[in-house]
Amino acid sequence: MNDKGKIMAGLIIFIGIFTFPFYSNLGKASAVPEPLLNTPVIKQMPVKQCVETKEYMRANHMQMLNEWRDMLLRDGIKTYKSMSNGKEYVISLQNTCLNCHSNKKDFCDTCHKYLAVHPYCWDCHFGPKEAGV
Amino acid sequence: MGALLSFIGVLVLVLVAVIGAKANMQFILGVAVPYAAAATFVIGLVMRVMKWASSPVPFRIPTTCGQQKTLPWIKHDWVENPTTIWGVLARMFFEVFLFRSLFRNTKTELHEGPKLVYGSAKWLWFFGLVFHWSFLVIAIRHLRFFSEQVPGLIQLLESLDNFLQIGAPGLYLTDLALISAVTVLFLRRVVLPNIKYISLPADYFPLFLIGGIAVSGVLMRYFTKVHIVGVKQFTMSLVSLSPKLPQSEIGAIFWVHLLLVSALFAYFPFSKLVHMAGVFMSPTRNLASTGRIKRHINPWNYPVKIHTYEEYENDFRDKMKAAGLPVEKE
Repeated sequence: MNDKGKIMAGLIIFIGIFTFPFYSNLGKASAVPEPLLNTPVIKQMPVKQCVETKEYMRANHMQMLNEWRDMLLRDGIKTYKSMSNGKEYVISLQNTCLNCHSNKKDFCDTCHKYLAVHPYCWDCHFGPKEAGV
Repeated sequence: MGALLSFIGVLVLVLVAVIGAKANMQFILGVAVPYAAAATFVIGLVMRVMKWASSPVPFRIPTTCGQQKTLPWIKHDWVENPTTIWGVLARMFFEVFLFRSLFRNTKTELHEGPKLVYGSAKWLWFFGLVFHWSFLVIAIRHLRFFSEQVPGLIQLLESLDNFLQIGAPGLYLTDLALISAVTVLFLRRVVLPNIKYISLPADYFPLFLIGGIAVSGVLMRYFTKVHIVGVKQFTMSLVSLSPKLPQSEIGAIFWVHLLLVSALFAYFPFSKLVHMAGVFMSPTRNLASTGRIKRHINPWNYPVKIHTYEEYENDFRDKMKAAGLPVEKE
């Protein structure tokens, strides 16, 4: 006598759990997030350039925001000198970042939603005023 | 020696991934190897378990650190020595989720005298528990790269893991826990002479491999960074069975992480790591102690050919009578 029946049941549960990502996504086309850069302020810019390069910002914006917070609130440093273009920027989420990126819903949220990231910026800060928000 | 060998093994894997990513071998690294590893993991594990399943179940083991059910005035330990399915489930729960057996771990020391001393040793249980639980949480958390609408439960788990909100991206507590636990488990094998003596490459290799996976993951999240949206597009294409390699550069460290994870999956069914399945099949844990309550028949009993006295007498009645022996039937 052996417990093949019970063990088979366990194996089926295991396979069910392990293959969950496969069958739960079967036949679903994944929507790729496309952050929009079509705000009025960006449209008026002669050279479309953020504080740092696109690649740097994409990888490090969260770290930069964190450092900006510490620079301004803890060390009293009010401006940030760009490493890529040498310009000085006023350290402010609402007046610098969100001045250009006034479309939180179509910019910040697209990737954050896609990756299920919940930044706690908006626990303290107001988001930009957007139509329909 | 075993440690060095295993370390070099993991290092070779890392180098293969780095060189492969540079040499445009993304298809092999990103599609062929992960699919093959996942298939090896599932098929290998199922086959290994089926092989175990075909062996006969041993007789019930009553000597399992708890008082067996006996006379009514002797207190019965229903968890450690259960007689019902509920007791077995409770015992399995404590074993699988809390490592009850390891909690009983003792140390043996020889002191001057000479005096032999036994004592409780909980630290292996503690770091083992930390290691396994943080690994589980990390594995579940990774489902956010494998589901379009990330289930609420996974998001809740992630926010709990990140609840100290240190830095951005937020520091996961399980990342710290896993790396510290894997370090302790490795140091245990090199610092304690008696453990070092019995450690083999098969013990060191999984530790280095899991350590490598954790370090590459930590580097990817907090330090060198990858193009994370590109990564998710790629992982989603893998699980929806229509693999599409990332169009832009996503960072070599991702390929290192992926190859190490693939190696872990592929290595799993052939190594000590199958204790993941084996723990459910421990006979001292999953068999109710019903050795005296129910009759258990030996599975390899064959029908024994017997010859009764009645048949014997039938064979030899005449001869017995002739010899003057008493017979039961005339």
